[in-house]
Amino acid sequence: MRYFDHMATNPLRPEVLDAMMPYLKEEFGNPMSLYALGQKSKKALEEARGQVAALIGAKPQEIIFTASGAEANNMAVRGLAMASKAKGSHIIVSKMEHHSVLNPARMLEKEGFAVTFLPVDKYGMVDPGALEKAITKETVLISVVHASPEVGTIEPVEEIGRIAKKHGVLFHTDAVASAGYLPVDVEALGVSALSLSAHEFYGPKGAGALYLKGGTRIVPLIYGGIQESGRRAGTENIPAIVGMGKAAELAKAGLAERAGKLARLRDRLVAGVLEGIGHVYYTGHPEHRLPGHASFCVEFIEGEAMLLMLAAKGIYAASGSACSSKALKASPVLLSMGISSQLAQGSIVFSLGTDNAEDDIEYAIREFPAVVKRLREISPYAGGWGGVKETGTCIPKN
Amino acid sequence: MYSEKLMDHFTNPRNVGDIPDADGVGEEGNPTCGDVMKISIKVQDGRIVDAKFRTFGCGAAIGVSSMVTEMVKGKTLEEALSITKEAVAEALDGLPPQKMHCSNLGADALKKAIEDYRNRQGAK
Ligand code: FES
Repeated sequence: MRYFDHMATNPLRPEVLDAMMPYLKEEFGNPMSLYALGQKSKKALEEARGQVAALIGAKPQEIIFTASGAEANNMAVRGLAMASKAKGSHIIVSKMEHHSVLNPARMLEKEGFAVTFLPVDKYGMVDPGALEKAITKETVLISVVHASPEVGTIEPVEEIGRIAKKHGVLFHTDAVASAGYLPVDVEALGVSALSLSAHEFYGPKGAGALYLKGGTRIVPLIYGGIQESGRRAGTENIPAIVGMGKAAELAKAGLAERAGKLARLRDRLVAGVLEGIGHVYYTGHPEHRLPGHASFCVEFIEGEAMLLMLAAKGIYAASGSACSSKALKASPVLLSMGISSQLAQGSIVFSLGTDNAEDDIEYAIREFPAVVKRLREISPYAGGWGGVKETGTCIPKN
Repeated sequence: MYSEKLMDHFTNPRNVGDIPDADGVGEEGNPTCGDVMKISIKVQDGRIVDAKFRTFGCGAAIGVSSMVTEMVKGKTLEEALSITKEAVAEALDGLPPQKMHCSNLGADALKKAIEDYRNRQGAK
């Protein structure tokens, strides 16, 4: 197996599993309990909080554990907007955001908030100038992703942070795809809130976190208990949280070296693909992008078919094509970059991780062109698009 | 997600290509996203003796095209016209619900190819 879908999820690092094990077995105490068994869990919880805080340059008390990155995003968008309602009712989110940011924003819209969905350029980059212009007296929150898991583009978050500060607006960034791959420092980025997901940096599924700058008010999503300082009720998922803490510690160590290696592998893959295949577009920003991220649109063929043929060769990748999505809609991120729905059908994403070695890349460079060639032999567009019209989404006829 | 049968037709699709001197050609697509299926047929004495396809679309769409072209060979035009999307899906041991429209594409492209053949005949 050659796994190139690290933006989807990652395996646990063995050290992470080892750290979790006692809390799946004998150390089952509830951190709320006053006796030693409970207090041991409490101690583990706080240690993990410290480890996660250290990864992003935050204070431990600024970390709220959640069950996922999606929950952290929901909590940030909804919770911060709701807590600032008295101040104003306008929020700004970019068109590069994950559904877990976009959908809460749409919910807020239904509930009376005005929402600006900020356009991006052809690289998927937000224009800070345009963002500043979108700010009104009513604006209470900006949410822009740190780096896109779909096209790898790194957004100008520091600059947006400065703008947000200047205008006294809260700023949230979704760092789910970037943590562990890029340096993430909440002070440098100038954010009031930031989302993390453990399994994106080789931690367990079922653990995420929201960084919330000290003194920032938020309305919880889940009510009912005093866990996480009353901001998120529910008995803490101690094994997963301990795993997240350990994974954060490991992600911080040797980050630059790891990112360097991934970028080298990625560059080799990109060069090989562009060389071996004609009519292919490298999507996202060519330089300002996640180190292990290579995304393309291949003309005249469809992404799901590519994924299946690649999988048959043991290569696992992802696609933002309409046919490969449950909703049969092309990735809104690709469309918002001005990529036509036709070309978006040929979306393919390789996201590399620490388990990938050079021979995986060489294998992919050998096999991928053969897959494209085969599918083009089947495609009626083998000789070009031939003036087909470009429109909307893949909607079944009935 | 897909049946073994569909995966077989997807990985080793039968009848890929065009028939240069086809008697009928039908093209059906999702105008909205560009998925396109093109079927060409050769007819002799009211029977389809050859069928070929080209498809731009997902794995199911390719599997469906391959299966449809297999199913029609040797059939009379009437028999071929009675092939429904359900019949194609069944022949592939089922399709996931969100992929049924890909089966539709196959049945419709075939119908259009037969219509095209009949139009050409009428024009003669
Ligand atoms: S061709 Fe688009 S889903 Fe099958």
